[in-house]
Amino acid sequence: MLLKENDTLAVDKNTDLTANVKQGERGLFLLKYLFVGIVFGIIFVKGEIISWFRIQEMFRFQSFFMYGVIGSAILVGMVSIQLIKRFSIKTINGQAIKIADKKFNKGQIYGGFIFGLGWAITGACPGPLFAQIGTGFSVVIVSFLSAVAGTWVYGRFAEKLPK
Amino acid sequence: MNEFLNWVSQPWPWYIAGPMIGLTVPILLLLGNRSFGISSSLRHICAVCVPAKIPFFQYNWKEETWNLLFVTGILLGGVIAAMFLSNPETIVIAESTQRDLKALGITNFQNLLPAEIFSWENLFTLKGLFFFVIGGFLVGFGTRYAGGCTSGHAIMGISNLQWPSVVATMFFMIGGLVMTHFLMPFIMNWVGF
Repeated sequence: MLLKENDTLAVDKNTDLTANVKQGERGLFLLKYLFVGIVFGIIFVKGEIISWFRIQEMFRFQSFFMYGVIGSAILVGMVSIQLIKRFSIKTINGQAIKIADKKFNKGQIYGGFIFGLGWAITGACPGPLFAQIGTGFSVVIVSFLSAVAGTWVYGRFAEKLPK
Repeated sequence: MNEFLNWVSQPWPWYIAGPMIGLTVPILLLLGNRSFGISSSLRHICAVCVPAKIPFFQYNWKEETWNLLFVTGILLGGVIAAMFLSNPETIVIAESTQRDLKALGITNFQNLLPAEIFSWENLFTLKGLFFFVIGGFLVGFGTRYAGGCTSGHAIMGISNLQWPSVVATMFFMIGGLVMTHFLMPFIMNWVGF
């Protein structure tokens, strides 16, 4: 195939790239997220982060543990995002990395408070709920279903809630 | 191999677990420009199972399949850790916390969760109503209203220097403190502890 400079080959390259990017996020390629989740779940359990007692320690300021976990996680997250931004690091598929800003609304205040109440009761935020069920506290499935119900009720009345 | 398993089976300190959790932020970004967050999975589950023509659940949830796989992984990770990497000793909880909780009626500190609360026998009791149903509901409702949970706001949001996430995290803490210090004693009493 005879190619002139700067045209057909460039176009082909572009479509190849898009196809790769799309393909990378479909079917079996999505399993990579399952594996990250598995490691994440293991960390949660081995770190005893899913423990109701640890959350009580945290809200009673009787242990540094959870503050250490969350604080060091934020530190690592912050440094890595800065590195990604400074060096314009791309995804494994060559896409640019762009993180959407979080817009402020009063939901962060009211919803945040409501979630905090629930966090102290269940000893779990959504992540640990999944891990707790995995470790054998099957009754937490009830909490999980209630959480889904809570999300559904929020969605149902979202427009009417103060924002 | 045995020695390695033994070593890994000890509970992991915060300075190992924390940074590893933090690494999830860049890993998800590098894998596919995905923003670390978990409470959104509850929304996707609603969108998949019971959208009920509600606008909030009308979106292309298939684009977020990664998130559903991620949380499924968390559950599987829990299974694997419990089956193969279980801590041989009981969890060590701060003395002061044990004292406080004993005063509220909890006596069994052997497991990650208090068996006196989190067992199937409590399902149709006031304990169950409060700790499972109401607690879970507040988590699900509150995280969506806030637009994120500890993962999405406290870790991802603050890592990305988003001040709304600082606000959200502050109110997560305030809610937790109010429940723990002011409401719990009454509630524990009310449910029969």
